[in-house]
Amino acid sequence: MKAFAALIDRLIYTRSRNSKLALIADYLTHTPDPDRGWAIAALTESLDFPAVKSAMVRTLLATRVDEELFRLSRHFVGDTAETAALLWPEKPIPFRGGVGVGSVGLAQGRETPPAATREQSSQVSLPSPEGEGEMSVARAVDALSAATRATAPAILASLLDRLDADGRYALLKLALGGMRVGVSARLAKQAFAQAFDVPVDDVEELWHAIPPPYAPLFAWGEGRAERPDLKDVAFFRPFMLAHPLEEATVDLADYAAEWKWDGIRVQIVHGGGETRIYSRGGEEISAAFPELVAAFDQDAVIDGELLVRGDAQGGEAASFNALQQRLGRKTVSKKMLAESPAFVRVYDLLAVDGNDLRPLPWTERRRQLEAFVPRLADSHFDLSQVIDAKDFDDLATRRAGARDAAIEGVMLKRRDAPYVAGRRAGLWYKWKRDPLTADCVMMYAQRGNGRRASFYSDYTFGCWSEDGELLPVGKAYSGFTDEELKWLDKFVRDNTLNRFGPVREVEKSLVLEVAFDSIHASKRHKSGIAMRFPRISRIRRDKPAEEADRIAALLAMVT
Amino acid sequence: MAKAKSWLEPHPHGLYVKPADLWIDPSRPVERAAVTHGHADHARSGHGAVFATPETLAIMALRYGVDVEASHNQAFAYGDGFERGGVRFSFHPAGHVLGSAQILMEYAGERIVITGDYKRRPDPTCAPFEVVPCDIFITEATFGLPVFRHPPTGHEIAKLIGAVRAEPDRCVLVGAYALGKAQRVMGELRAAGWDAPIYIHGAMEKMCALYAAHGVDLGELRLVSETDKAAMAGQIIVAPPSALNDRWSRRLPDPVTAMASGWMRVRQRARQRMVELPLVISDHADWDELTTTISEVNPKETWITHGSEDGLLRWCELHQRKARALHLVGRDLEEEA
Ligand SMILES: [Zn+2]
Ligand SMILES: [Zn+2]
Repeated sequence: MKAFAALIDRLIYTRSRNSKLALIADYLTHTPDPDRGWAIAALTESLDFPAVKSAMVRTLLATRVDEELFRLSRHFVGDTAETAALLWPEKPIPFRGGVGVGSVGLAQGRETPPAATREQSSQVSLPSPEGEGEMSVARAVDALSAATRATAPAILASLLDRLDADGRYALLKLALGGMRVGVSARLAKQAFAQAFDVPVDDVEELWHAIPPPYAPLFAWGEGRAERPDLKDVAFFRPFMLAHPLEEATVDLADYAAEWKWDGIRVQIVHGGGETRIYSRGGEEISAAFPELVAAFDQDAVIDGELLVRGDAQGGEAASFNALQQRLGRKTVSKKMLAESPAFVRVYDLLAVDGNDLRPLPWTERRRQLEAFVPRLADSHFDLSQVIDAKDFDDLATRRAGARDAAIEGVMLKRRDAPYVAGRRAGLWYKWKRDPLTADCVMMYAQRGNGRRASFYSDYTFGCWSEDGELLPVGKAYSGFTDEELKWLDKFVRDNTLNRFGPVREVEKSLVLEVAFDSIHASKRHKSGIAMRFPRISRIRRDKPAEEADRIAALLAMVT
Repeated sequence: MAKAKSWLEPHPHGLYVKPADLWIDPSRPVERAAVTHGHADHARSGHGAVFATPETLAIMALRYGVDVEASHNQAFAYGDGFERGGVRFSFHPAGHVLGSAQILMEYAGERIVITGDYKRRPDPTCAPFEVVPCDIFITEATFGLPVFRHPPTGHEIAKLIGAVRAEPDRCVLVGAYALGKAQRVMGELRAAGWDAPIYIHGAMEKMCALYAAHGVDLGELRLVSETDKAAMAGQIIVAPPSALNDRWSRRLPDPVTAMASGWMRVRQRARQRMVELPLVISDHADWDELTTTISEVNPKETWITHGSEDGLLRWCELHQRKARALHLVGRDLEEEA
C-alpha cells in the first residue's frame, strides 16, 4: 500500500501528462502482481465495493473521533475520504502527561515529533502476517470485496488501523472511488504500453477483455505469456481515426464521402452473449444507453455515431447539446428515455457472425454493412449515407450548404483501406465545416497550468448587448502561438483593473477574433448563448472594442 | 487573587492590560505596545513605545523602520521583563520564529501567559518553547483541528532534497514566508547536510542577513538575480510564496514548485496553490502540540486568540477545561503558517 499511496500522492500534484505516464509506468514495472493490477484498476475507477460507501465511513469514524470535531474538520477539508484519513486515530501509545482524544505526548526539546513516534509504535505493535509490516493493495481489495454491509465497518477499521495517514488516504480512495488524480483509462493504457514497450492498440484491445487485476495482460507485457485469446468476449476494438483535411483535395474515385455527425462515436459489441457500448476512449458507457443495449441483438461489432432525437428537429438528430444531457449517467430515468431517445447512425461493420471484417477494404465492409443494417431494429439504428457527389467541387458545395445541426462536416474514407487502429496517414480524413468566427472583447484572464502557470493564458471574452453592456460569451485557452501568448500575458498585466484570486479583470479594450464550431442557446450564461470549441484565431489589435460583435449577431448563428 | 477579567480586556484589535495602560500585539497604533514577535499580524508600525525581545525589535526596525535606539523602545532578553502599573511583564521563548516570545503577566497573585504564535518542535533558527505555568493561558489555534498533524520535519526536508536529486536538470523552488519559514527551511537543510549554496529571492536578503547577525548560520546564500539560469539546475531556491507563479520564476531552470506550510497537509489546499511538492513544515503548533501544551501548562482557563478556535474549544469542552474564544481580528494566517 505504501508504493500505491506514494503513487497517488505524486499523481495528485503532477499536472504534466508525460510525467504522469512516467510515474505510472515506473510503478507498473516495479510492483508485483496482483497489486499493480488492482492499483491501476483503482486509478481508472474500475473497482466498486458496494458495501463501502461514504455514509458508512462517516458512521465508522464517529466511533473513534468526536462527531463535532469530525464535522468541523470535514467542513475545512472538503472531502470525506481525506478527512477520515487524517482524523483516524493512530494506535494509542504510552507517553508522559496523559492527554485524551487523539493527542500524543511531546517530549520537550527532543526530536520526537508525534507522527514518527506513532509510526514506530504501530510497526512494533502490529507484526504483520506478511512479514514486513506492509499491507498489500491486494489484501485490502480482498478484504473489501468480502465485506458485507454488516461486516464492512469492522473490516475497514482493521485495515485503517494498520496504515499511516497517506496509506489511509489511498485505501479510502480505493474503497470509495473519486480518486481525482487525472488518470483516464486511456492514460493508464498508454502507461502500460510505455512500461512494457508493447503497442498501445494491443493494450487497448486486451484491456476490456480481461478483468482486474489483469494478470494475463502483465504476463503478456513482460513476455512471459502469449497474447491472451479473446474469443467469446465482448471486447473493445480500438477505433480507426481521421486526420484533418488541410488545404488538400482528394479524388472521389479513391475516397468515399460520408457526413460527419456531431454526436459521440461509439462501438457496439455483441459477443459471448452480452452487448457492450464503448466510447472513443474505450470506456464502457452501456449503462447510460440501456435502450441501445437491449435493441442490439446481433452477433456483430459496429462503429457509428450515437445521437439523440429531439422534438425541435422534428424527430431528426438533435444537436450535441441534447446528447450531453444523457452522457455520463450511471442510470437513466424513464422521462429521459422518452424525451431524448438515443439511436446510432452506423457507418462501419468490424465483425459479423464470428468473422473479423477489419482486414477487408472499406468497399467490402460497406457492402456487408448495407446488407447487415436491416437486421437491426430501425427504431434505434440507421445507416449513415454515402454522399453521392460528382466530384470534389460538388462535395465542397454540399458541405457548405449543409444546414442540419447534427452535421459537423464531411468524412473521406479511402475505398481500399482496411480498418486499422489509430490515425494513419492518407486513409481517413475529416473535413469539418468552416469554423464560425466572432469578434469579441477580452474581459477576464486567468493563469494556466503547468508550463503556463506563470502566464495569463485562459481568457473570458464577451460581446455587446443591445444596451451596450459587455456580456461574457465564452472562454478560450488555445489557438495562439507562444509569441502571441507572451504578448497577451503582457497585455493582461499592463491592463489589470481588478484581481480576484487567480483571475484578473482587464480593461475592455482588446478585440479577439474567436473561432468556434457551433453556437447554442444556453440558460447558464447571461448572454443566452454558449460556444462549442472556442479558440482564439486572431488578435485584432487594429479593431476598436466598440466595433466588436453584438450578441444579436451571434444569436443568428445558433443551431 | 484579582479576577483577570478586571485587569485584562480582550478587544478585537488586541489585548489591553488596564493597570499598565499597555496593549499586547495591537493591530492598530497605540501609545504603548508589548509585541510577541515580528510577523505583521502581531507587530505593527506607528506605536509610541514598544516592549519586545531584542530580535523582535531588530525585525521591527528592518520592516517598519522602528527606531531601536530610541529610549522609549525597550528590549528584554528571555527571562527578563519590566514592571508597570503593578503588573510584572516578562518574555519567554515561544519557538515560533527568531525572537518570538510568550509574554507572562503577573498581577495581584494571578498569572496570565499570552503565547503569540508558537510551536513545540525543534527549530535550528530560534529558542525552543518553554512551558510557563499560569492561571490563564492565552493561546493561538491556527491549526486547531485534529486533521493537522505535521509530520517530522526531517521527513519533509528529506523529501525536498530527494526531489532536487531526482531531477538534476531542474531546480526546486520553495515558497516560504520571508520571515521565519524561509530561514527555518534553510537551517533545516543545513542540519540535514545540504551544503550547496541556497539561492534566494531578493526580498529575503535583508531578513537572512539579520538572522545571521543574530548568530543563526544559514550557510552560503546567493541571489537568484545575480546567478545564471543554468547554474541553478539541481539547486534549491527559496522565495516568498507570492513569487512562485510570478514572472520572476521564469528566470529559473524549469522549477519544481514546492511550498513549505502547515496548510500543505490538506491535498486540495496544496493543489489550489498549484504546488507540485507540498512540504508540511510549519512554525505553528499542530493539533497535538496545541492540546499537549494546554495539558502541560494546565491552566485554570484557556483563552483562544485566533485560528480554528471552534476545534480547540470543542477539545477543551471534551476535557472539562474552561475555555473561551477572543475573536481577535486582523490575524492573517494564510501565508506564514
Ligand atoms: Zn507569527
Ligand atoms: Zn500570527
